[in-house]
Amino acid sequence: MKSALKGKKLMKKYDVIVVGAGHNGLTNAAFLAKAGLDVLVVEKNDYIGGATVSRNLHGDWKYSNCSYLASLFRPEIYRHLNLAKHGLQVVTYNGGFTLTDCGDYLGSYSDHEVMRREIRRHSPVDVDAYDRYYHQMAKWCRFIRPMLLRTPPDPTSFKFRDLDELRWLGKKFFDLGPRDLHDFMKFFTVSVGEFLDEFFHSDLIKAHKAGSAVVGTNLGAMSPGTAYVLLHHYMGDVDGAVGAWGFPRGGMGAVSGALAGAVKEHGGEIRTNAGVDQIMVKNGKVTGVRLENGEEINADRVVSNLDARKTFLGMMDPKDAGEKVVKAAKRYKSRGSSGKLNIALNGVPEFTALPKGSELIKGDFHIVDNMEAYERGYDEWKDGKWSTHPYLDLLIPTLTDPTMAPPGKHFMTCFVQYCPSRVEGKDWTPVLLKQFGDNVIDNIAKYSPNFKDLIEHVEIRSGQVIDNEIGLTEGNIFQGELSLNQLMFNRPFHGCAQYRGPVNGLYLSGSTTHPGGGVMGAPGANSAREILIDMNISTTVPEDEGDD
Amino acid sequence: MTNNSMKKYDAVIIGAGHNGLVCAAYLAKAGKNVVVLEANEQVGGAAVTGELVDGKKTSICAHYLNQLNGKVSSELNLTSHGLKLAATDVPTIALNVDGDHLRFNGNTVQSSNISEEDTANYTKFMSLIHEYANTLGFLMDEPPLDIFNMDFSDKMTALKLGWKLRFGLGAEKMSEFLRMIGMNIRDVLDDEFDHEPLKGAMSFDAVLGTHTGPYSAGNFFTFLYRYASGDRGALAIPEGGMGTVTSAMAKAAKANGAEIRTAAKVKSVNVENCAVSGVVLENGEEIKSDCIISNAHIRTTVLDIVGTKYFEADFVKRTTDVRSRGGAAKLHIVLKKLPEFKGLTSDDLKSRLVIAPNQKEVEHSFNHIKYKEYSEKPIMEISIPSLVDSSLTDEGHILNATVQFAPYDLKGGWTAKAKADFLNKCIDRIAEYAPNIRDVVEHAEILTPLDLEERFGLVGGNWHHGELTLDQMLMLRPVPEASRYALPLDGMYLCGASAHPGGGVMGAAGRNAAQAILKGDE
Repeated sequence: MKSALKGKKLMKKYDVIVVGAGHNGLTNAAFLAKAGLDVLVVEKNDYIGGATVSRNLHGDWKYSNCSYLASLFRPEIYRHLNLAKHGLQVVTYNGGFTLTDCGDYLGSYSDHEVMRREIRRHSPVDVDAYDRYYHQMAKWCRFIRPMLLRTPPDPTSFKFRDLDELRWLGKKFFDLGPRDLHDFMKFFTVSVGEFLDEFFHSDLIKAHKAGSAVVGTNLGAMSPGTAYVLLHHYMGDVDGAVGAWGFPRGGMGAVSGALAGAVKEHGGEIRTNAGVDQIMVKNGKVTGVRLENGEEINADRVVSNLDARKTFLGMMDPKDAGEKVVKAAKRYKSRGSSGKLNIALNGVPEFTALPKGSELIKGDFHIVDNMEAYERGYDEWKDGKWSTHPYLDLLIPTLTDPTMAPPGKHFMTCFVQYCPSRVEGKDWTPVLLKQFGDNVIDNIAKYSPNFKDLIEHVEIRSGQVIDNEIGLTEGNIFQGELSLNQLMFNRPFHGCAQYRGPVNGLYLSGSTTHPGGGVMGAPGANSAREILIDMNISTTVPEDEGDD
Repeated sequence: MTNNSMKKYDAVIIGAGHNGLVCAAYLAKAGKNVVVLEANEQVGGAAVTGELVDGKKTSICAHYLNQLNGKVSSELNLTSHGLKLAATDVPTIALNVDGDHLRFNGNTVQSSNISEEDTANYTKFMSLIHEYANTLGFLMDEPPLDIFNMDFSDKMTALKLGWKLRFGLGAEKMSEFLRMIGMNIRDVLDDEFDHEPLKGAMSFDAVLGTHTGPYSAGNFFTFLYRYASGDRGALAIPEGGMGTVTSAMAKAAKANGAEIRTAAKVKSVNVENCAVSGVVLENGEEIKSDCIISNAHIRTTVLDIVGTKYFEADFVKRTTDVRSRGGAAKLHIVLKKLPEFKGLTSDDLKSRLVIAPNQKEVEHSFNHIKYKEYSEKPIMEISIPSLVDSSLTDEGHILNATVQFAPYDLKGGWTAKAKADFLNKCIDRIAEYAPNIRDVVEHAEILTPLDLEERFGLVGGNWHHGELTLDQMLMLRPVPEASRYALPLDGMYLCGASAHPGGGVMGAAGRNAAQAILKGDE
């Protein structure tokens, strides 16, 4: 069947076309191919991976130039797609620290006792609070994780499956009891600042924890809703350690590489340089896609791995999408708030605050040592400017994985929060990008005198650059904000929250669907499960396997 | 007097705020022997009329009556006890520096430069808000649903809520409701409207009385809340100021046989065998009762009045963590004569005047409070009650304004200098719209959130006795173990706004508390 059948009448028709070879698109395709379907993945860029890539942009360096950590990836998917066989190896790293303005640091240690001593060094009253905090977060991760690989119910539906899923959810909440329910609700209503206030006294400790709550959001550390984003970033684990972080050997490209391996293993095809112009619809049913070069490819089902805005507003005729969906897509919030610097270094920068030879530098480290600074940075972003003193999350993966740079050289990823997707309403220009990058570098150099001298190459990415390159609307790293109005059955919006689009045969698989962003793979897997259910094929897509 | 001869009450209510009085009236009506103990010289709590200078009076804290619970009002016959409205359905005018103002009246909005589309959308949007409000409104009139311990009436409430959501609103609107309920007002308004001044004025209503700016998640809910309680969000001005409302409530309570004692500050609560047995006043006097109902904030009740030693650590922690931040100050100006507002007639001044030109300015004025500063350019709602109520002053006029944002804990403290500076900024702000305001000011004063706490016991200056967020609503308000008005200490209850359904001059918490207590008696 798969041999070339040429000529118009014999044009090949795929079972499924997946638009976009991001990690969720590939996950989706791999599960569908595994179920025996004839699958084609089309990707507009000349490389696959979307935001999970390792790219050669300078010399022999490999840049994880978008996402840079992989611990949210669901272990069930890893196992079922046999990603180890396809070369994916996630390495845990230790260390990490927050630099303080007064020349000190707060280190992160995996050894619990050492961590307690470090907290005691800064704030003796917070030592026990740290244990309380850790147990609370682990508890909530365990609570929320079984929901990740399930399709959210439609609360307005009377179908058995929806009612049953609602019952399951309701029971889960009911089992919490009043006190825990009270605690859980707080994640959706309080700011990370208020959340941490209930544990810690030290502003430095709070600032150290708060970073992952604002990363990628359009919210400040004092804005309601950021507590949830903190939890969202805690859901990961590496080798069963809840909340642990790791990165793939060879950079993030190893994730998409392994997924692509799984797609191909099961007979799926991947085509790069094949951007989709439009999803073709006839009589309320998907017929395939038309590529930007005019080529038409037929399929019974099309899965869009793009976000809701790009899918419904960018790739569909508004008549096909329907008025309701177009309106909802326009209201879907996907504001960009982060930027990224990828830096090739000639050596390991020296951070004067750290003791000589400290292992802490192997982890990710932050600049911003108080809660007010986060918020001030956010206020600037609200006015369309980048933060003068941004929150920076820095990581030198080559200290753990030397394969990403030439011998003796290093790669540093630098995540910047906040950075507007447009500067005071204007498009980014090379000059603005340079100014933005210089400001970040100046901020790092304040703590590391030899940093600037070590820089060999810098790639500066604003939200707009990321949008243009890989199609995340405004560079929003989650394919849409993670706010209560865009979670669960509200993600991306009612009517499309069960991975099905407005026309027959159209599906969504990206982070724009439940459970949202992060290199998790869960939306892609859930979407594959729904497609197989619609096709009456017994599904092999895993649900939660309770890996705790 | 020996203990044995001492009179024992069926219930003692601490605090004669509107909820305390309402609770007393309902209990007395049911034949209970009730006494209300008020620390101040006058009853009313934050719904009071006070003197500014030379016999000129105004509503000192709350100044509009827009949330008074209809059942409270009719069941207690407040009208027959002296409640009279000087103005009803007060319209709103959102001011614009160029004199091109926005006029809100009921579900309509008018302005010379607003598009027809926005005008139509406004009416449509407000009717949707009223639909949502009708769906939720009934929850205010009963003790909160407790899903963990459902009795028959809880099950009926749950069923009714589900029915109203699914069939009252229908699938489409229900899903829209579930999407919007957690949103910030800015995104909601940006989705619906283009006209910046319109969005500014509407966002004002969402942030009023809260510690949020338009961009903060959760304040679409506070916007909706205004309409879900009381009279569909319609504003009224009671004759004689807000004190008339509470004095009518006090009369209703007395008419039913309740005692009210002012200048009777409760110092502590007596506890015997894990149950309350009475209260002790500041002057040492002891009053006995097995049922003590506190109209105070849960934090004041648990931490200051009863004492933490009678409660479990987890409960105390939750009580301490109740978020109760206010950002509103109250401005009172005695005017020699009416100021001239650009583009407004003197009849227009009977309206509620809102200064919140656009969402960005509202957000900017909010930014300051995060850093414990007051706004450089405050936003406010202005009322000139003397235009509709001649009893307030013999000559000249009174201007009240609720001004945002002012922090409770100002960096450096609320010194006389800081207060004077903030007062100046407020008057400057009014002067942008009424250039001659300074010439007509006879006396001006401002009450900061700290003052509001000190005078009215509004913890943190929050007039809802605890912020109205999803984790502090319904069965979680103020904390899970106290949501049904009974504290986890036998005989101790809450009846104030920190209990369901929360703040505003509603009286619903007092009414629900009385019903819960009476039900427990059966």
